[in-house]
Amino acid sequence: MCLAVPGRISEIFDDGPVRMARLDFGGITKNVCLAYLPDAVVGQYAIVHVGFAISLIDETSAQETLRHFRELGILEEELGEVADEAYAPPPPCPLPS
Amino acid sequence: MKYLTEFRDGEIAQRMAAEIRQLTTRPWAIMEVCGGQTHSIMRNGIDQLLPPEVELIHGPGCPVCVTPLEVIDKALAIAAMPGVIFCSFGDMLRVPGSDRDLFRVKSEGGDVRIVYSPLDAVALARQNPDRQVVFFGIGFETTAPANAMAVHVAKTEGLRNFSMLVSHVLVPPAIDAIMRSPTNRVQAFLAAGHVCSVMGFWQYPTLASTHHVPIVITGFEPLDVLEGIRRTIAQLERGEHAVENAYARVVTFDGNRTAQELLEQVFTVSDRSWRGIGVIPASGWRLSDAYRDYDAEHRFAVSDIRTQESTVCRSGEVLQGTIKPTACSAFGERCTPRTPLGATMVSSEGACAAYFNYGHTVQLQRVVSRP
Repeated sequence: MCLAVPGRISEIFDDGPVRMARLDFGGITKNVCLAYLPDAVVGQYAIVHVGFAISLIDETSAQETLRHFRELGILEEELGEVADEAYAPPPPCPLPS
Repeated sequence: MKYLTEFRDGEIAQRMAAEIRQLTTRPWAIMEVCGGQTHSIMRNGIDQLLPPEVELIHGPGCPVCVTPLEVIDKALAIAAMPGVIFCSFGDMLRVPGSDRDLFRVKSEGGDVRIVYSPLDAVALARQNPDRQVVFFGIGFETTAPANAMAVHVAKTEGLRNFSMLVSHVLVPPAIDAIMRSPTNRVQAFLAAGHVCSVMGFWQYPTLASTHHVPIVITGFEPLDVLEGIRRTIAQLERGEHAVENAYARVVTFDGNRTAQELLEQVFTVSDRSWRGIGVIPASGWRLSDAYRDYDAEHRFAVSDIRTQESTVCRSGEVLQGTIKPTACSAFGERCTPRTPLGATMVSSEGACAAYFNYGHTVQLQRVVSRP
């Protein structure tokens, strides 16, 4: 749970009052809550932890980290790509009031 | 260091190790707080590169490992209740409670589900209005913003069937408790990079000056860890005790203020029990009064829990850095990642699992190759 994974923001969208983003983690894409990085823009890389972008990172560092995680076989583990029938897509995520 | 292109270069690693050897004139004990760093150290054989005078002590920074047995047992009790969907990160399912684990509850008919994000559990609550959905909210400051948001979403939407079993712990009070312990041997800390990405490191200068202990914010790549070690030893040798940020490409002094604001709203600082360590004052978060209705302990009657720790497992001593995992008589025989006696063997971030999986057989050159 500690390592976190960097991904590229490919799309930002509002889901009602909610700021979400589509992130590309070296081929795996996921919807991520962007509430904690309100100033992030498409093309930037963010460190993602349990479905939330928590910090920006430069592209070179992000790409190298992704490559390293993939080499070590822990990318899927860190992204929570676990086989379980219960997995549901992330819901809307409102900004703090 | 800004870029990672050189961060796994074996030659650079060897050069950094040589520099560390040159710097080191006497024995030093350095604690890496985060289990992710322990993982990196063992996986990449970093400990083998260091001079014999430098001892790395594994800290309590594995959220799965430090979740108290009582809370695990409460989770097991709630998960076994009819009408409950119990949601957790996957690595909690094999953590042994007093007499079983969440996988056992699942196999016995409990509706236990693995989720990637706590917001997935909120979605399940939305989709199952006739069921009670409970999320197991554990972890350090890195996980807490996600859990805070999940509770906040549930409250905003008025979901009456979502609650969270909260067992959050905080790093700075743990560092303080370690330094105050009469048996403490730690002389410097590699602080947990991603915890600091959320919280910043504004809390650390006071700790460093109070305890005269160097604290270096450190990342997770092999050369991140070596750089953290190099900086701490340089300080120790000079007799200094400053806070340094060796993970500046991710961490800022202030951290993520947006996340901190919601954390302050949803959680209240409280005393917390740490598995294997005991109660550390003001070392955790509970849900604030405004969110009390979403507290699973408040919603379900689980206060009458009787716990029974393993009599063999020495994970508490491992978590406190007083023994290495291999000093436990059960290590690698009765206790393995497939048959864990304690949480430190269950979690991929646990020190026992790191020792079991990587041992001392991995050579840095084999793993850390030039890109």
